[in-house]
Amino acid sequence: MPFSGADILLDSANLARLAEGLIVTVRVAAVSIVFAFVLGMLIGVIALSRGKLVQIPYQIFLQSIRIVPQLVWLFLFFFGFAKWLGWNWNGETTGIVVFSIWGTAEMADIVRASIGSLPVHQTQSAAALGLSRSQIYLFVLIPQAVRRLLPVSINLATRIIKTTPLLVLITVVEVLKVGQQLIEVNILTNSLAAFWVYGLIFVIYFLICFPVALLSRKLEARWSVQ
Amino acid sequence: MELDYQNMIGSIPLFAQAAWTTLWIAVSGVLLASAIGAGCALSLYLEWPFLTRPIKAYIEVSRNTPLLVQLFLLHFGLKVEALPCAVMALAFLGGGYMAEAFRAGLEAVERSQVESALSLGLSRYETVRYVVLPQALISAVPAIGANVIFLFKETSVVSVVAVTDIVAVAKDLISLYYETAEALIMLVIAYLVLLTPICLAVWWLERRVKHAVFGR
Repeated sequence: MPFSGADILLDSANLARLAEGLIVTVRVAAVSIVFAFVLGMLIGVIALSRGKLVQIPYQIFLQSIRIVPQLVWLFLFFFGFAKWLGWNWNGETTGIVVFSIWGTAEMADIVRASIGSLPVHQTQSAAALGLSRSQIYLFVLIPQAVRRLLPVSINLATRIIKTTPLLVLITVVEVLKVGQQLIEVNILTNSLAAFWVYGLIFVIYFLICFPVALLSRKLEARWSVQ
Repeated sequence: MELDYQNMIGSIPLFAQAAWTTLWIAVSGVLLASAIGAGCALSLYLEWPFLTRPIKAYIEVSRNTPLLVQLFLLHFGLKVEALPCAVMALAFLGGGYMAEAFRAGLEAVERSQVESALSLGLSRYETVRYVVLPQALISAVPAIGANVIFLFKETSVVSVVAVTDIVAVAKDLISLYYETAEALIMLVIAYLVLLTPICLAVWWLERRVKHAVFGR
């Protein structure tokens, strides 16, 4: 029977539990994305300054976050800092903190690159026209940078969403953990439970990430001709 | 914080052995992903009939789902053994990313290059082989390099399907001896040792090919 076991997905109680797990996933992703975007823009604008006092700490921050896999950062914060510094954060808080820091670093680099890559004559022409420094940023540089920034930062949002399943490894009861629990309960009566439950979660992630990725591509295509 | 250095030094052989597993999975995953990506990008570029839609669907599915969920589905859902499962999932995920990198490289080759080659009397095959591919590969290098580093870091999750990589060793050491700090520091060192040479190599290669891009 090719569809044997699929009835695990037809049980409304099971689906309700998966939805509860999904809410946790979405909550962590949404909060992290907001923090990452706000803090990333702030640090990205600061990182435009070429002084060594800014560049050295900025590069150390960016590269050290990038070179260590996100899972290892989660372990460091969840298992490591709990013991060393006495922080007793639960998995969800740890996830939000780690994804926010990582997202901030990536966002800062996107902001720095998209403002930094604007031609110098934009600033010079604006200055020649008598605009003040804040006016140059507000009316000339930022509107142009946003066009380059937005598609890439939406892409970053999908990357953050695709990293949330790692939370299952630091005891967060998110959608994947709920899936595991459903499979454990049903495994004796339903040998294909794992296939259907993980298959559904696979589809859910696709249905969340694909439209967002599509939006990013649409914006990129629309704004690429300047 | 007092560190148990004896224990850390003692765990080096364990980490070294697991590092080989991590490296093996990453290298074979990246190679397979590159082959899949190149194949997909080329068949899209040559507009092979019937393949375009399935390949586009594959690229979207592989890029828009998390590796961890792909691993779970393959290992627990489709009962693929741990080590092949890790390599297959990485190749599945990476294939989509690599296809995008190669595709962007192919698209960066100007239309006039193809037209000129054809008007000079080169065959379709020769045009792709000697004119398009060399330029496309070079402009794809930065994206391919970024993907290699990304895929390498993604291998950190394979311990969920009972592969003894460096994360699995760190987790075992924590649960055996409760020496959390020591195991985590060794884990970070292991990743730095593995990833720093790769990052440097990618950075060097990017600089090396920067001047080879045609017309720049």
